Amino acid sequence: MLAAGLIVFREMLEAALVISIVLAATRGVTGSRLFITGGAITGLAGAFLLALFAESLSDAMNGMGQEVFNAGVLAVAVLMLGWHTVWMSRHGREMAAEMRAVGSAVSAGSRPLSVLSVVVGVAVLREGAETVLFLYGILASDGDSLLATVTGAGLGLVAGAAVGALLYAGLLAIPTRLLFGVTSWMVMLLAAGMAAQSVTFLSAAGVIDVNMDPVWDSSAVLSEDSLPGRLLHTLIGYIDHPAWPQIIAYALTLAVIAGAARLVSRQPARPAA
Amino acid sequence: MRLLTATVLASTLLTVTPALADEPTYTLTIKDHVFEPSRLEVPANQKVTLLVKNLDTTPEEFESKSLRREKVIMGRKELAISVGPLKPGEYSFMGEYNADTAQGVLVAK
Repeated sequence: MLAAGLIVFREMLEAALVISIVLAATRGVTGSRLFITGGAITGLAGAFLLALFAESLSDAMNGMGQEVFNAGVLAVAVLMLGWHTVWMSRHGREMAAEMRAVGSAVSAGSRPLSVLSVVVGVAVLREGAETVLFLYGILASDGDSLLATVTGAGLGLVAGAAVGALLYAGLLAIPTRLLFGVTSWMVMLLAAGMAAQSVTFLSAAGVIDVNMDPVWDSSAVLSEDSLPGRLLHTLIGYIDHPAWPQIIAYALTLAVIAGAARLVSRQPARPAA
Repeated sequence: MRLLTATVLASTLLTVTPALADEPTYTLTIKDHVFEPSRLEVPANQKVTLLVKNLDTTPEEFESKSLRREKVIMGRKELAISVGPLKPGEYSFMGEYNADTAQGVLVAK
């Protein structure tokens, strides 16, 4: 029971953190909850499908289907997060002003909520499929009773959601004036971490042939396997023994998104502050 | 979801280099959620292929942070995992779905 709970907790943690950041980034935006819930439900359905076809996916592309798939969906999430950040940097200030003017809710307008829907869906899809396969394994091997497994999984799910809720509550404590800035940085760091992870999968698949020797090893100080290590891995892309290709992907993603955001925020016909 | 499908379709068009034939291959079996051998010596400074055979009926996720690999191996299936070139040293790996028993170390010499 405990084993089931721990694994579900670990897998769900990443999805919960991503959802919390997206929820905080869209606080008070009409329709955002609908898009996020939609993304999560679609992702969950996708997770079951993915688990069902896990064998075909594994066998695809000379046995490298899983890696290529993971690299692909992570890359999609990076693009969506980048697009959203750039869009927000152009319209965020007006929206913040509007939010203060009308109270809390603002209309979504042309805000690309579907983009965030995809990000949430992808997070749930990846972690969910692994959870489904794991639970199937436990039930099939009947080492544990159905009740114990379900209880364990339920506890893990609640614990994962609780950490996500804590992060969300923490973000909500930030004044609206600063919230846009904070969440857009969190979204950018999330994207950078995912880009680094995508590179890891591409190298594992042999799609790119790069030197993956660690540049440093800080696993003795903060192991990626520890709970704080896992949290930081998801939130800011912490890797305890990163290689140059991962560092470059990380830095490049940050630079491109931040650069593009700065560029479009300077462009509009708005007098300089 | 449409985007995901597009990604999957696009990625199938990518050609993936298969494990090179001249890469030495080492077999790891999983039986009753235990790796055999649990300590495997491989040559350092060159790519090696681990052929992981899952003899159990349930899926297992081969995971190693130090080797940067995570891969689900379905029940009664085998998959090749190419690793390295590794610096001499020890690299732990585990079966994430049964972490209390499925533990192992790869020793690069």
